[in-house]
Amino acid sequence: MSETPGGSGLGHNAKARVTLARALAELFPGAPVDLDIQAASVDELTRALDALWPGMRDRIVDSSPAIRKHMNVFVDGQRATLVTPLPPGARVHILTAISGG
Amino acid sequence: MVQSVVVLVGTRKGAFLFESDGARRTWRRRGPFSPAWPFNHVVGDATSGTIWAGGGNEWFGPAVWQSADLGETWSHSSQGLAYAEGETPIKAVWSLAKAKDGKLYAGVEPAGLFVSEDGGNAWRHLAALRDHPTRAQWMPGGGGLILHSIVPHPENADAAWVGISAAGVYHTADGGRSFEPRNRGTRQDYAPEDQRYPEVGQCVHSIAMAAGRPERLYQQNHCGMYRSDDGGRNWISIEAGLPSSFGFPSAAHPHDADTLYLAPLNGDQAGRFMSDGEAAIWRTRDAGATWTPLRTGLPQQGAFFNVLRRAMATDTLPTAGVYFGTTSGSLYASADEGESWQEIASHLPTITSVETMTRDV
Repeated sequence: MSETPGGSGLGHNAKARVTLARALAELFPGAPVDLDIQAASVDELTRALDALWPGMRDRIVDSSPAIRKHMNVFVDGQRATLVTPLPPGARVHILTAISGG
Repeated sequence: MVQSVVVLVGTRKGAFLFESDGARRTWRRRGPFSPAWPFNHVVGDATSGTIWAGGGNEWFGPAVWQSADLGETWSHSSQGLAYAEGETPIKAVWSLAKAKDGKLYAGVEPAGLFVSEDGGNAWRHLAALRDHPTRAQWMPGGGGLILHSIVPHPENADAAWVGISAAGVYHTADGGRSFEPRNRGTRQDYAPEDQRYPEVGQCVHSIAMAAGRPERLYQQNHCGMYRSDDGGRNWISIEAGLPSSFGFPSAAHPHDADTLYLAPLNGDQAGRFMSDGEAAIWRTRDAGATWTPLRTGLPQQGAFFNVLRRAMATDTLPTAGVYFGTTSGSLYASADEGESWQEIASHLPTITSVETMTRDV
């Protein structure tokens, strides 16, 4: 059974360690910058975040659907897309790109 | 009862509020609010005091923010504010308007219209506009393909006009289930000579409804100033006597259907700033037959600013206040219908929108 909404329940016991851009976290009162979430892919991760803080997926993902043009998601140091899988214990950064703002 | 006038200002870097009493001599600033967000339109509901701010952030996409306590606290939502998968995603909200029945409308880029029946939390696409057979003829203006103007009918909640650059004016009589273009008589100077009065494709810049006469509309277009006395079915030019045919905002007097304020610039291919650097708002008191420049208190040299399409408004006091914001970050106010002006804020970020909210407090 997954421990967070949107979790995979597919045996990924080690949650991903997720760091959010401060500007993103600050849009949602109470959202921390660092948190642990269980998900099998970046897409699942954004849905899990949305379940915790409604609307957060919209800030990261557009309706294409794709990671927004000026947002970057890194999984274990590599630029990721929505379909990028999250290995157990993955290190995820969801960051604002230098090109935005 | 003491009347409070709140001027709501949208900028490229957040929203500001300026508050005064009925005298409108001294102003108190609140904000900036959400300074990381470019807002294209900030509106207020005088009855509830709720403020909505629509915009789009390069990182985080489009959203409508709202505050019920004059900016003390804010929340945002874009729930449902999206096109179908595979379509070009929405970049920003460009216009907001509350209808008589309480519904809130939002116009977006790329051009489309959404409605919220819960005060801006959840949104629903009114697809009939983008499904209109003329959509293939829409083309983006300098600001993008944007739905920048929404004018609800003050008595009939099912009727509204919208303005799209560059598609023109569309009207709905059935709450957004269908739309028809209303551009007859408006010009398109950027087309070959024999194609300058098409059904759609005109670059409307703003629409203003005359006080107490919902069928009278004024329009500032990329190519001329116009008036319609039949709900936009036919437009006539009212640009004679103005320094150019080009400008962005239009603001109707709150009580006199014949009075309108415009901010004409020096021309669309001539810098798009105040003519000769001398700032003036132009007023008609006879529905566009004649025009008078209003300059007292405005800079008369070196004023090379623009006034953007949403950046001028009137208040509803008996002697109307008029307000406009500049691309150079100045906010001007007149408490005497434009006869004299006072700069009530300077050095703000680029001002995109000015609206007012008059309340008894």
